Amino acid sequence: MHLAKYRALALLSLLLLVLPWLLPNSFYVDLVIRMLINCVIVLGLNLLIGFAGQISLGHAGFVGIGAYASAVLPSHFGWHPAAAIGAGALITGVLAALIARPIFQLKGHYLAMATLGLGIIIAMVLRNEAGLTGGPDGMAVVPLELFGLPLSSDRQWYAVVATLLVLSVWLCENLMDSPFGRALRALHGSEPASQVAGVNVVRYKISIFVLSAMFASLMGSVTALYVGFVTPSLADFFHSIELVTMVVVGGMASIYGSLLGAVVLTALPQALTRFEGWETVAFGAILMASMVFMPRGLVPSLHAWWSQRRAPSNPQQAVS
Amino acid sequence: MALLEVDRLSIHFGGVKAVDDVSFSLDAGTVYAVIGPNGAGKTTLFNLITGLYQPTSGDIRLDGISITGMAPHRLAMLGIARTFQNLQICINMDALENVMVGAHLRLDRNVFKSALHWPGITRRDRALREECSALMCSVGLEHYIGARADSMPYGALKRLEIARALALQPRILFLDEPAAGLNATETLEIDRLVRRVADTGVTIVLVEHDMKMVKNLSDRILVLDYGKKLAEGSAQEVLDNPEVIAAYLGTSV
Amino acid sequence: MDLERAQFLQFLFSGVTVGATYALAALGFTLIYNASHVINFAQGEFIMLGGMLSVFFSQAGLPMPLALGLAIAVPALVGMALEKLAIEPVMGAETVTLIIITIGASLVIRGLVQVWLGKGTFSLPAFSGEKPILFLGATLMPQSLWVLGVSALVVLALGYFFKYTLYGKAMLATSYNRGAAQLVGIHTGGVLLVSFALSASVGALGGVLLTPITLTSYDTGILLGLKGFVGAVVGGLGNGLGAVIGGLLVGVMEAMGAGYISSAYKDAIPFILILFILFFLPRGILGGQSTDRV
Repeated sequence: MHLAKYRALALLSLLLLVLPWLLPNSFYVDLVIRMLINCVIVLGLNLLIGFAGQISLGHAGFVGIGAYASAVLPSHFGWHPAAAIGAGALITGVLAALIARPIFQLKGHYLAMATLGLGIIIAMVLRNEAGLTGGPDGMAVVPLELFGLPLSSDRQWYAVVATLLVLSVWLCENLMDSPFGRALRALHGSEPASQVAGVNVVRYKISIFVLSAMFASLMGSVTALYVGFVTPSLADFFHSIELVTMVVVGGMASIYGSLLGAVVLTALPQALTRFEGWETVAFGAILMASMVFMPRGLVPSLHAWWSQRRAPSNPQQAVS
Repeated sequence: MALLEVDRLSIHFGGVKAVDDVSFSLDAGTVYAVIGPNGAGKTTLFNLITGLYQPTSGDIRLDGISITGMAPHRLAMLGIARTFQNLQICINMDALENVMVGAHLRLDRNVFKSALHWPGITRRDRALREECSALMCSVGLEHYIGARADSMPYGALKRLEIARALALQPRILFLDEPAAGLNATETLEIDRLVRRVADTGVTIVLVEHDMKMVKNLSDRILVLDYGKKLAEGSAQEVLDNPEVIAAYLGTSV
Repeated sequence: MDLERAQFLQFLFSGVTVGATYALAALGFTLIYNASHVINFAQGEFIMLGGMLSVFFSQAGLPMPLALGLAIAVPALVGMALEKLAIEPVMGAETVTLIIITIGASLVIRGLVQVWLGKGTFSLPAFSGEKPILFLGATLMPQSLWVLGVSALVVLALGYFFKYTLYGKAMLATSYNRGAAQLVGIHTGGVLLVSFALSASVGALGGVLLTPITLTSYDTGILLGLKGFVGAVVGGLGNGLGAVIGGLLVGVMEAMGAGYISSAYKDAIPFILILFILFFLPRGILGGQSTDRV
């Protein structure tokens, strides 16, 4: 039974393997790479929002930390880019762990505000410490060399990011299908029930927050190394909202929903690139429509609709 | 030595003394009922003992060791399980998964092992699945083993909570109004279920309004009124006590 | 000595001035939260609309009083539309859903303004001139007096409304217990609509008053709204007086921080403040204690 969950992963891997040959030119390869990067970030964020039922309105802050670690540490301190990735993830993890304990005593709107505040503060630090970060205009990133070869071509990056995605999906599938994952979902369903069943609710919330933050940081580093340049807008509020939109629209508590949301909503700004104001309106309208008509997101709603159509068998029987 | 001792337990919410200087003790293997009019503090007492509330004063001891102020998940490790008056079911999960959550502490919850699909984890998970299915059958939920929690009727959900609590393999089981909202037939079945559980040696503490059930099941009864202990004793002693009757029915003027 | 005191007063004045706008925003949050238990993340956009629309209408040739009046009335309509389109359809949903839908609404409003009026920064002429007033060694802009004066009037008017008028009491009743309010014949749907309209106009008024001092553009709403929310939480979410005090406090602390510590991180101060409050005083200054009933 547990092998069935790998079927979708196998299909995904196959698709990713074949895709580069189907893409007409490097513009599309670049777009797909950006999609895949977002996929991993959103996967991590969904663990927090969809599965564990928490919220983070400042997740782009963690992306920013990872990105700037990859920029600042090699440029200003001579670190090897690979070590900088690890450092970025470590800093993010520690920060998330420190802030999580007090933050997750809060619920609902208070929690949302706290994460929002955190994200804004991070973005502001990145923007203001111009001496270190290059300020609002950003800074260039020292490229990464893997085994002596500089990582620079689109195809190489595609391979890296696609591998990361497959690995992430595998890890998440395992995690959610385990006692840990079940406890997480139970936490979302009913905190008192999970508490009395022995789930250390606070520790679980902290763990998943740290995990999703590190996913974001890692992909922030990848973005920095891929693009070759970082700007503070990576960490800003709108980016955090974009990430939340991807989770919410694609499907809360759905691994493949996250992927769908990331793919669709990475493509959207491209389509609207000349219509900045309209892009904002579109995002807003999508968010609103999703919440009203598909509060659980595309993939779960489609899945529910599909199951209803097939055989509405109802185990309802009179309890005798 | 008594299994559980409650010693002058009190909790004040602002000016309201929801539980006021309550003391009692219960022995292992018995069924202990807590009764009293609505608002008497029964659920609050449960919440205090199971760690969801912090007492203002007083002490709670399990096997002689103080457990006052311990978090609910740690009390679960000591073998204390409970159900809730207002159902606390994880509606987002399957019925079976709800029960499996109850056994949370018996499994390996390590993040890294889970993420890397460590071989033992899946095997033990599947074994647990079998065990919890059997547990569901034993509480009469064999029809719902494949069902989602959100498709189950109220009576079934009440039993699901009991199954979840039993999955913990508890030493003490706190049942908060397990028959609330159920009809006569369903109540009878809960009655039989609780009897079966008690017969396996689990100590049971029961809040209930159904006096027939209370009389049938309990070895001892505690009566609360306005947060204070009104009476304590065997079913016969307590239910014939004029003060207890007055608390429920009022006195004729 | 005198210079230090003058400087302190200067920071205090500018802090209280901008704090008055935050107070109005905080009041707006409180009004809606009390009526519906929703935090309206689009509150800041009402402030922005007040500013932008006042510029638009006055530049369109309308006499100033009319322009300002419309700049307050139109957001009220937007507020009601928001309630109908965003809140009613998802009434009773999970907190996450509600938060996200109001964020979505704020994006729609902001995006539309961006498309319609562009990304420029605009100003309004000060209501009674630009000649600074000397007060206790510090300078005060006449516009600041307008901001403080009108805000104070609004706060008093709202206080009177809720305490002494029947409709005001009906709104309070709805916030305490909607079911009970319905049972005594209060039209709670209407109350919700009115609270959104009121909240939007109060916010827009703040935006109108502040524009001559701080200018306005399509994206001023985000920070103003968030800081207003900080003010509401600092004072105790749901408490009107707390909202006003909280808003003023946020404004003053921001100005003091900018003046004495660092002006680059001025905007971060309210968020550091809210993290501080959430960790140590989660119910806010005037909020009470509460426990979850299980």
